[in-house]
Amino acid sequence: MLHIVNKSATERSSLESCLRMATKGSAVLLIEDAVCAATSGNAAAAKIQAAAADLKIYALGPDLAARGMAGRVLDGVNVVDYGGFVDLVAEHSNCQSWL
Amino acid sequence: MQFGILVNEGPYTHQASDSAYLFARTAIERGHKVPRIFFYHDGVNNSTRLATPPQDDRNVSARWSKLAADHGIDLVVCVAAAQRRGINDDVLAPGFRISGLGQLVEMGIQYDRLVTFGD
Amino acid sequence: MSDMDEMDEGSGIVKKFMFLNRKAPHGTVYALEGLEVVLITAAFDQDVSMVFTDDGVYQLMKGIDTKGIEVKDFSKTYRALEGYDIEKLYVDQASMDARGLTEDDLIVDVTVLPVDEMANLMAEQDVVISF
Repeated sequence: MLHIVNKSATERSSLESCLRMATKGSAVLLIEDAVCAATSGNAAAAKIQAAAADLKIYALGPDLAARGMAGRVLDGVNVVDYGGFVDLVAEHSNCQSWL
Repeated sequence: MQFGILVNEGPYTHQASDSAYLFARTAIERGHKVPRIFFYHDGVNNSTRLATPPQDDRNVSARWSKLAADHGIDLVVCVAAAQRRGINDDVLAPGFRISGLGQLVEMGIQYDRLVTFGD
Repeated sequence: MSDMDEMDEGSGIVKKFMFLNRKAPHGTVYALEGLEVVLITAAFDQDVSMVFTDDGVYQLMKGIDTKGIEVKDFSKTYRALEGYDIEKLYVDQASMDARGLTEDDLIVDVTVLPVDEMANLMAEQDVVISF
């Protein structure tokens, strides 16, 4: 399953709710404001790094760049473009947007 | 693969409709099909031709209309949500049509994936 | 045009639809308009589950009174779901605990699930729509 999160983890609890319900081996894609959680020094970075042990974590590159965060991505987070986003949706049998 | 897309927020305030547009365009570029995009909640506000954004900004509804014309996408606006928000046939941009929630459910039943963009 | 006019009665495909309700009622429109989608999906004879998690559990509170905010009280609709053959109502245990709620506080009978069971249920769906 692909989980899509679009909320900043320092503003809302969507990322936390998502990580709680994502089963081992599933994928989490951070888009829009959520991408900031995947950058070094962010208060949610430890959560992302801990989650990366069991889940595949992706962040949308254009959203990172649009927020000036492209150079700060955590190790273990895979940066994808919109093509990668489309591929992730195609590769997983279902998806959930944690709005 | 066939993708259905659900857009739940209006243009400009939230990034949702921008993200949905880029996703739809990219999916088509990669050889997938996007037969229908459904607009619900404040997402119905994507459909008005009355919006006049500044020249240096994107025109969200015009951009949807062009994508639909170029690739034969069915742009469906929920009737109940539209009526609540003052959207009717008189204000629709080209390519949009107003219909019922059954059109959304059909996307879930018939297509391979349904992706939601919202707030 | 009504939703009932455009039913695709003949497709015969039954998919698993999960509706994930994560927001309190009234602060935003998602709970109300989400419920409308759930009812239409059931009319298409699909396999419908509703999940209430995070602040979505507040949608099911007994004793909701909206007179003072002058908006429609749609909480009675949850009690009518059974009539639409929507019987799979799941509530997240941790979300209830975090809000000091128990099943006795809720307007309908629900199945309270621990997070791992809820996660597995979500993973096996064909379509997940979140409101």
